[in-house]
Amino acid sequence: MGRYVLRRLLQMVPVFLGTTFGIYLLVWALPGDPFAGKCGERDCPDEFVAAMNEKYNLDDSIFVQYGKYLWNLLRGDFGETFSQVPVSELIANSYPVTLRLALVALAIEALIGVTAGVVTGLRRRGFLDSLVLVSTLFLISIPVFVTGYVLQLVLGLEWGIINPTVSSKAGFGELIVPGFVLASLSMAYVARLTRASIAETRRADYVRTAVAKGLPQSRVVGVHMLRNAALPVITFLGTDLGAFMGGAIVTEGIFNIPGIGGLIFKSIQAKEGATVTGLVVLLVLVYLVMNLLVDLLYGVLDPRIRYD
Amino acid sequence: MRTTRLMVISMSAALVLSSCGGGGEDPGTGDADAAISVFNTEPENPLVPGNTTEFGGGQVLDAMFTGLIAYDPQTTEVKNAVADSITDVDSKVYTFKLKPGWKFHDGTDVKAKNFVDAWNWTAYGPNATQGAPFFSDIQGYDEVNPADPDGKSGPQSAPQPTTDKMSGLKVIDDHTFEVTLKNSSPVFKVKLGYTVYAPLPDSFFADKAAFEAKPIGNGPFKFVSRQVGTDVRLTRFDEYAGLDKPKFKDLTFKVYQSREAAYPDLVGNQLDFIEELPPSALAGQQHKTDLGDRVVERDSLINQTLAFPLYEEKYQNPDLRKAISMAINREEITTRIYEGSRQPADGLVHPLLKGYQKGQCGELCTYNPEKAREHLAKSGFTGTLKIISNADGGHSEWATAAANSIKNTLGIECVFEPATSLGEFRQKINAREMTDMYRAGWVADYPSIENFLNPIYRTGASSNDGEYSNPEVDAKLAAADTAPSEEESIKLYLEAEKMILNDLPFVPLWTQNTIGGKSDRLASAKLSAFRQLDLTSVEVA
Repeated sequence: MGRYVLRRLLQMVPVFLGTTFGIYLLVWALPGDPFAGKCGERDCPDEFVAAMNEKYNLDDSIFVQYGKYLWNLLRGDFGETFSQVPVSELIANSYPVTLRLALVALAIEALIGVTAGVVTGLRRRGFLDSLVLVSTLFLISIPVFVTGYVLQLVLGLEWGIINPTVSSKAGFGELIVPGFVLASLSMAYVARLTRASIAETRRADYVRTAVAKGLPQSRVVGVHMLRNAALPVITFLGTDLGAFMGGAIVTEGIFNIPGIGGLIFKSIQAKEGATVTGLVVLLVLVYLVMNLLVDLLYGVLDPRIRYD
Repeated sequence: MRTTRLMVISMSAALVLSSCGGGGEDPGTGDADAAISVFNTEPENPLVPGNTTEFGGGQVLDAMFTGLIAYDPQTTEVKNAVADSITDVDSKVYTFKLKPGWKFHDGTDVKAKNFVDAWNWTAYGPNATQGAPFFSDIQGYDEVNPADPDGKSGPQSAPQPTTDKMSGLKVIDDHTFEVTLKNSSPVFKVKLGYTVYAPLPDSFFADKAAFEAKPIGNGPFKFVSRQVGTDVRLTRFDEYAGLDKPKFKDLTFKVYQSREAAYPDLVGNQLDFIEELPPSALAGQQHKTDLGDRVVERDSLINQTLAFPLYEEKYQNPDLRKAISMAINREEITTRIYEGSRQPADGLVHPLLKGYQKGQCGELCTYNPEKAREHLAKSGFTGTLKIISNADGGHSEWATAAANSIKNTLGIECVFEPATSLGEFRQKINAREMTDMYRAGWVADYPSIENFLNPIYRTGASSNDGEYSNPEVDAKLAAADTAPSEEESIKLYLEAEKMILNDLPFVPLWTQNTIGGKSDRLASAKLSAFRQLDLTSVEVA
């Protein structure tokens, strides 16, 4: 087990280098002068452009630039934005917010999705089953920005239950509605995935044995069935956390949540290479760690799977 | 540690004291201790006046700094602020006497040297500030900011300046200083209300990083805190010596990801003011239903034009340019698309400015299909035309309409070609790679006719992107710049305007109203002519 984890951690190094270089290249090698349009309708003064070029090593070749960036990164220095704000400060401000949002969304997704999946998986073709199937189909077919704007309009402006946008503190309570919006699509998938998985395990031999032994229903479903049926769902949830963190651009935009998504979007537009690379590096790490956790959970849930 | 704690204690003490005693100062104007929040974009640079020329930072700095003069937010009239008197010899040597009693937020006096040091710092080349070109009138600017020998695209960089002080700036005594310009310029004193000319306290020069962390100004509001990407908090400076004292206490500039994201907050009264509503809210008059009498609207010092790349052979024929101008139905576009919130332009100078004269452009800016076709025939042009613009910021609608108007009137193909972003669009313009006419516009830096002519139409001027050049116009503008009195100078500028319009290097389209909105809490809030919240007008109910 320990060796397996170590091997996986070592594998992260080339992945990390490859992704950061890829991102760095994509951002900085984009055609276009990052300082055009920065001073409005007027050109920026030459001195300003020269100073910025020097600061971001833009006069070096892209490989030298990346080398310098990586060297700084390894020493914990994420660099500065064009407005001389340390990228680490931006990350420190926005990462916790997005992480909170992603966790809220993940909790909603897991709770509602798995419950709906288990209930419908056990009682197929009933009224509840049809209801869940129809409503998940409905959720899948609606784009996130529609759900977002509708909830903002109805709950925020018409009924006044929530604030239309999230405050700068972005506490857990405020993030429930945005989290629901963000989770809505995956929630539907989780429900269907769980339903299919439960329906399949219901016919498995060990379930029949458990029922024949006279175990109570809750134990049969909760321990014997769900443990095995959860494997594909866990995989989905694991990678979804990464997707939530990087892909919340629309939700963050609608509710004005000061998180990663909007920051990445704005930084790409402004060609803020240092910010984009720094943020994506962290997202890559989240993906890698989540994948590792999912793989380790497999062993816990199904002891037949061993890593040696 | 000690100092921080002391500061916190004294600040909270001040808060407690003022909230106990507050409310009684000015009973007529509602809650004098109220806090308001205003829409903002993330400042692009650290909050230093000489290095800020964009909206997000400028709005914050305008509340924190007061210069020698100030503009009346409503009439754009120039009034003395820190300056007690401004005298000049031939509009070339200016003497500024400062009023006593002005203080920076750290308690130090505003002295003549604070202006001189700030201006020298901003103009000094190696400091690479965005505001440096504003000091190019002053004698000695070329020594502190030597030109790059082969332009910014060339491999060489500008030589190190030999001095960091402009020879034209001289401190006479604590409250007097003298500025010598390269050439006489009656308009110089009108510029001085722009943020880049603000004074800086001594502490800025002692520790720039500390200043950037906690900027110190001399304006009606002082800095409290800033969280990057979230907000900038200011509070009223009670020792402010100016007359335009604010009638509320705390001011928060809230950073939004977009105007669209801020709009629901404004509708839901979570945000107190946004100076310009997003295009999505204006579409179909949605804002009138949502906001009702909370809509705030006024004309601002902005104009919209179509520029020609005169380096392209196609557009060198003045008859074609005139044909295009007369083929655009300004009346119809402004009423149909903007429902009257824009006014057709009849010249290059904005109507709000002192000296503006009506009808300078005459028939050249009036929709006249027959004359347009006549000019087209005279130019002998055949082929297709394009209007290029960035499509973000609500530009695609009018550009499409103008292209259609040209197409239908002249009977030649004309289409709107969107650029992917403002950055890409500006880059092409800067590199002189525009192949067709393109959107241009101008937002005034300071309220003067000069600002709508010199930077755009003089040969080689900083924003003369179309490479327009007419030696007679240059001579006329130079004469206007150095005219002995303001009246004569205005007269000469108007003559220059007429001459430029005769060449028509730009097609004037329309001037713009700004449409903003306020929350229920504000009993009164007006827009200034500079497209910002007029802070002196704010009264909290």
